[in-house]
Amino acid sequence: MKDKRPVNLDIGSMRLPITAWASITHRASGVFLFVAMVFLLWALDMSLSSAEGFAQLQDTLSGPLAKLVLWAISAGLIYHALAGVKHIVMDFGIGESFEGGVLGARIVIVLAVVLTILAGALIW
Amino acid sequence: MVTAITSFGRSGTSDWLVQRVSGVILLAYFVFIAAVVVTGVDYAGWKALFGQTWVRVFSLMAVLSLAAHAWIGLWAVVTDYLTERMMGTSGNVLRISAQLVIALILFVYVVWGVQILWGY
Repeated sequence: MKDKRPVNLDIGSMRLPITAWASITHRASGVFLFVAMVFLLWALDMSLSSAEGFAQLQDTLSGPLAKLVLWAISAGLIYHALAGVKHIVMDFGIGESFEGGVLGARIVIVLAVVLTILAGALIW
Repeated sequence: MVTAITSFGRSGTSDWLVQRVSGVILLAYFVFIAAVVVTGVDYAGWKALFGQTWVRVFSLMAVLSLAAHAWIGLWAVVTDYLTERMMGTSGNVLRISAQLVIALILFVYVVWGVQILWGY
């Protein structure tokens, strides 16, 4: 066996392609949303508990920190949904080539940035 | 064939399909909720909306989809990183422990969701 044969790939030493970043972000946003669901369920609970609860929630969500949290969750939902739709599109055999994968990742990232800015404008 | 005991449907093809169906349900639900919130709604309107049976059923579908979707997605994540290859000899213990915590949290989400939808 040749000694120079590479044993393992050191991913940290490589520049990741855009498709890899799109994939990692899809995973990270999924884990984030799993945790963020506590916040969303709590908000739904408050909103339906009583008129006072609804008003209290509106008051809480108007704070700067709460708006930031809401925006982060919106960003997570937007990105994760778009990347998920891309998966389904690719399941139908569209954009499965190397170039198609790169283009798909670019479209998802650009759309996510645009929609996230739009969500921010709606929140503030 | 090896049967994956911690996957959702005991088969990769089944998990693949459940992940897509639940994803589409969740997307439809969040678009619906976002549309209601963005157009502006007061307490009376919000309460009346969630008083309707179809909204409660749709919401329950979303909560159940979330539990399945998160289980399959997090299974993919923990079986990649919480392994003996990545974590050493404690990898398998770490992964099963993490999955137990995930299962517990998802169970709480489902029960809490049902309580919110039918409790008030």
